[in-house]
Amino acid sequence: MSETALTARGLNKSFGSLIVAADVEISLPAGVRYALIGPNGAGKTTLINLMTGMLRPDAGRIFLGDADITALPPYERVRRGLTRTYQINSLFPHLTALEAVTLAVCERRRVAQAWWRKLTAYRHEIDEAYEILSALTLNAVCYRLTRELPYGQQRLLEIALALATRPKVLLLDEPAAGVPRDESKDLFAAIAGLSRDITVLFIEHDMDLVFRFASRVIVMVGGRVLVEGTPAEIASDPRVRAVYLGQARRQPIPERAP
Amino acid sequence: MTIQTIAGPHDYLRAQFRWRWSEIAFWLATLLPFVLAPDYLVLASQVASTALFALSLDLILGFCGIISLGHAAYFGVGAYTAGLLSTWGWGEPLSGLLLAGLAAGIVGYLTSFIIARFRHLALIMITLGLGLLLQEVANSASFITGGFDGLQGIHTWPIFAKFEFDLYGYTAYSYALAVLFLVFLLARRIIHSPFGLALRGIRENAQRMPAIGAPLRSHVRTIYTIAATIAGIAGAVLAQTTETVSLEVLGFQRSADVLVMLILGGTGRLYGGLIGAAVYMVARDQFSGLNPQYWYFWIGLLLIAVVMFLPNGILGGLSLLARRAKAAS
Repeated sequence: MSETALTARGLNKSFGSLIVAADVEISLPAGVRYALIGPNGAGKTTLINLMTGMLRPDAGRIFLGDADITALPPYERVRRGLTRTYQINSLFPHLTALEAVTLAVCERRRVAQAWWRKLTAYRHEIDEAYEILSALTLNAVCYRLTRELPYGQQRLLEIALALATRPKVLLLDEPAAGVPRDESKDLFAAIAGLSRDITVLFIEHDMDLVFRFASRVIVMVGGRVLVEGTPAEIASDPRVRAVYLGQARRQPIPERAP
Repeated sequence: MTIQTIAGPHDYLRAQFRWRWSEIAFWLATLLPFVLAPDYLVLASQVASTALFALSLDLILGFCGIISLGHAAYFGVGAYTAGLLSTWGWGEPLSGLLLAGLAAGIVGYLTSFIIARFRHLALIMITLGLGLLLQEVANSASFITGGFDGLQGIHTWPIFAKFEFDLYGYTAYSYALAVLFLVFLLARRIIHSPFGLALRGIRENAQRMPAIGAPLRSHVRTIYTIAATIAGIAGAVLAQTTETVSLEVLGFQRSADVLVMLILGGTGRLYGGLIGAAVYMVARDQFSGLNPQYWYFWIGLLLIAVVMFLPNGILGGLSLLARRAKAAS
């Protein structure tokens, strides 16, 4: 049974005359590892912003499973299982890693509104946070302030925060951005080790990592989906080769190129 | 460090919330005026009610990043509620306190729907506007509030029908200090609750909160309502202990003063407002004794000095010193 986890239908978005999403159609079957690639300015992060509700589309609809989530605020989408991470670390500098993940677990379990009980009474939530951190090898540093963690561990904490929301669909915006090459392999190994119940879409520029960890690839150019397929299909597609040879900047939509 | 890595997450968090010696010392020191400065108990009781007001501002500014220039609105609602109850013939202090908190909490809850939609500079304008609005309403409703002259004939009954409010402020300070301590315990519990963790999250990175599934606006409304309630209780304490209420309790000056006190003491530490209120009000008392006309000159100098040399307030400076001493030893 290949159910669809996340669907985008006819998404459009422009800022003035700049079109950042043009009739984007995407449908992610449950459990699949997707890579989203494309040159700078192709609209990859914008697509994540649209799907998670950080931006409102000018037109189009977004479905999580069968439910239309187009009108829902971002936190409501997270509660239903659509979670993202950020390309540039967006963490809580003066919370310890344990506190940050415990907070995310408390929000998911709807106990973060409780102001009359001590946090230490929420043993399940704390245990769960500690387990998530341990699974990502962060348990040894989880009592340190986020801002004191090395960059690579901050990237892992981004993922830990996302996992604490128990996502059905996880959108990772360049999870290994800024991480040295040898460490980025570890990071992707952690992503590859995620439960198959989670559908993953990640933006990544390193083709090595893309071909190793994605089972399908979506290529975006100039706000449009250029092509979608298996890594092998993408590697041999002449249009994709053309884009990556640098013609994309001048002719954003290759199909219309003379 | 080694101890921390060995301890489990539960022990670690429990240790974070433990009472520190400096806290116990602070609360013991609040008893000193009874012994050392019995002539200043009236001032001390005003310091205590103002400290409570500053604590309430710290909950929204220090823990949530809401800059308010109109926080006196809730203080004033509490003061007028307690004052009016008394002029209408009900001078029982404890029930007056609770009703004042309730009234301010209701006004806080209603206004929180506006507050939660904005951040930063817009908030300064909106809170300022709300404060001015309420002051003008109170001014024009002089048949209730007494307008410019204030409320006449407030009399507070003895506490527990036993402890009469005396001229020396002995009962007044005991009462104000007890209320301050109890509300402080509540605030401390809030900060150490899951909701308190969420507040710290908002302070650290409000934009990220929705991305971990947090209903940001609903959180802001909750803390704003709590803070308004506490401000109302502080206003009631002042009204009951001084037995006067005038438009000044709602005024811009009071909103600005409390913001200054909090920044002076240090935001986001619960104790900052308490220490700031004590330092500011004692300094004002002393300076105005030295020179009744120009005392704001010295207050101004004090403010500039603190912001220049102690950017995180007095408490920020103290904790920096403590850390250096620890590192040196």
